[in-house]
Amino acid sequence: MTIDGGVGPVPAVKLEGVGKRFGRTNALRGIDLEVWPGERLAVFGPNGSGKTTLLRILAGLTRPSQGSVSIDGLEYRNNGRSLRRRIGVVAHHPYLYEDLTAEENLQFYGRMFGLAEIQPRVDDVLRRVGMERRRRDRVRTLSRGMQQRLAIARAILHDPDLLLLDEPDTGLDQEMSARIGEFLEDERGRRRTVVLTTHNLRLGVEHCDRFMILARGRAAYQGRNDGRDLAQLEELYWRHGAAA
Amino acid sequence: MSVLGRAAAPQRFPSIRLRPLDLLGLVAFVLIAVSMGMALLYAPTELIQGDPQRVFYVHLPMAIVSYIAFVIVFVSSILYLWKRRIVYDVVARSSAEIGVFFTTLVIISGGLWGQATWGTFWQWEPRLTFTFILWLIYVAYLMLRQAAQDKERVARFAAVLGIIGFADVPLVFASVYLWRGIHPEPAGMPQAMATTLFVSIAAFLALFSYLLIHRIRVDRAREELDEMLATVED
Amino acid sequence: MEQQLSPAAIDEPAARGAVVAPPGVVARTVHGLNRYLREVGALLWKDLLIELRTRDAFVSMLVFGVLSLTVFNFAFELRADSVALVAPGVLWVAILFAGTLGLGRSFSHERERGSMEGLLLCPVDRSSIYVAKLLANIVFIVAAEVVLVPVFGSFFDVSILKPGIVAVIILGTIGFAAVGTVFAAMAVNTRAREVMLPILLLPILLPLIIASVKATGLLIDGEPWSATWAWVNLLIVFDVVYLVVSFLVFEYVIEDWG
Repeated sequence: MTIDGGVGPVPAVKLEGVGKRFGRTNALRGIDLEVWPGERLAVFGPNGSGKTTLLRILAGLTRPSQGSVSIDGLEYRNNGRSLRRRIGVVAHHPYLYEDLTAEENLQFYGRMFGLAEIQPRVDDVLRRVGMERRRRDRVRTLSRGMQQRLAIARAILHDPDLLLLDEPDTGLDQEMSARIGEFLEDERGRRRTVVLTTHNLRLGVEHCDRFMILARGRAAYQGRNDGRDLAQLEELYWRHGAAA
Repeated sequence: MSVLGRAAAPQRFPSIRLRPLDLLGLVAFVLIAVSMGMALLYAPTELIQGDPQRVFYVHLPMAIVSYIAFVIVFVSSILYLWKRRIVYDVVARSSAEIGVFFTTLVIISGGLWGQATWGTFWQWEPRLTFTFILWLIYVAYLMLRQAAQDKERVARFAAVLGIIGFADVPLVFASVYLWRGIHPEPAGMPQAMATTLFVSIAAFLALFSYLLIHRIRVDRAREELDEMLATVED
Repeated sequence: MEQQLSPAAIDEPAARGAVVAPPGVVARTVHGLNRYLREVGALLWKDLLIELRTRDAFVSMLVFGVLSLTVFNFAFELRADSVALVAPGVLWVAILFAGTLGLGRSFSHERERGSMEGLLLCPVDRSSIYVAKLLANIVFIVAAEVVLVPVFGSFFDVSILKPGIVAVIILGTIGFAAVGTVFAAMAVNTRAREVMLPILLLPILLPLIIASVKATGLLIDGEPWSATWAWVNLLIVFDVVYLVVSFLVFEYVIEDWG
């Protein structure tokens, strides 16, 4: 299948006028966004600004009330299955079964994604998140940080083109946050498209190419990370994000 | 669309002149009055049961109306899941509410009739049992609507139950009749009785249509209000 | 809505790689006619493994079922003369109440840990989630019945282990689980979910309850299989209707979970 007659590159993520309404409140309003393949976008915003809703819409878990969403030029309506195959998600919930071991969880998701060689992939991602030694431990016995690592392993198990991370560093200690940073650096080398929401401006400024600041469901600011430092970004954040 | 533009549109505010809906309400009212008169004065007294049989002229039309209401719930549930337009959910909910209302009256009138003829309010008679089970299903439907959060999910869950519930109707019917054995159907009735019944059915159908359309309009108005509030918010 | 089971929708090399070369190890995917069964198998394996480790559903169903039988014994003062009248009803009420408890558990671990969303993010046919949950629920309820029914037989001195009765119990269980699986997925996403499940389920199940109790009663009384035919027919129709309807509507229950 070719898009636009195969001429020109297609954005990895494209939103046009996306809005989401829950009853009388608008969680998102008029979001336009383009993320190109291999780019890493950081989405900042206070709690309740619509970050999670935005990510859920990108993941195909929530339908937008208005506007259109396309991933690699395809819409969810007719391509749900093939889009889900190329998206990995780390959300607030780890999406893991507590009574299965780390390895069993990954094996299960490997089968669900129809991977041909499951065990080598499972070994591979366990190594990447540094969990080979805990592979036979039940998820119930793992700490929050370990569960988050396993959630990341689960999200990259099928080698997705687009990785969506919803506040991956929230609730983790300094060491684990630093590991998330290392992970993002590593992803830079893999040319995977990443959309990340976070409260941690440092994480965004150090590891992402572009920013978006959400305020009350609107994109208050969008821009490139052209050598901006943390102080400048903080200034921007307070001007746009907290102004509302 | 601006809020003022919407509010100023003439059809949003009822004016004094008679709208088609008011006309329908008037027709329903007149027909109900006529059918009540006919049931009490025109229709002959039934030989065995006597005057209590006259309950029949409201009992049966209300039962017919509630069955129609549940068919509408079923059809609009399918349409909602297919088209995802909120109007189908509004129709399903409105129809279910009116259907439950009439089914309640069917059960009460059936009980009163039974009290007069059998001497007990409740008998597990197949038709009454059937209606009662329908009532339970659609009361559960309304309870589900109360229990689920998020309007879109309420609509979706309700539509699923609207379909599952309606698929049960023939099964319930078959099971209660098998359970009690088949009842002999009453033989033909005199012309005056049939005419009265016919007028009553027409009257209740008109009343049902009036209530349904009215209910749908109220809900749509509420829907529009929500939309406006979401737009003007901040 | 996504098109289901159409071969075109299943294999789409599509735009992947048109722009970015897939990095690192390319996760190859397996296609084929048996992929649907593979998905159902993976889901079922997961549910059975968790149940084997926790015994959540089985133990709660069994304990509740035995408790119901005990309560009925004292409530009805069951003795030889009255047992035959109420025995089938007692058995089915115990099965339905215990089973409803087990059905209620079947989606709660998916919800508590948010893992249902994890399933929705998988590139699987969503009806496979229904089929797997249905099979798991049937396995769990039958496992509880394997203990509960003989206990019932010995408590009330009823000879229950006849092929006909076993067939009726299995037919009843299938229809029960077919509707129950859909309603369990709905109820877990409502307020007061423990109450919602029986309120939704029992009215719909009434034809099944009537047919199962009648057929079981006739068979306990020693009537031939042919005498129960009308009821068994009704049970089969119920099962078929609700397997089909539930399969079709389940997808709408689980979209937009959480």
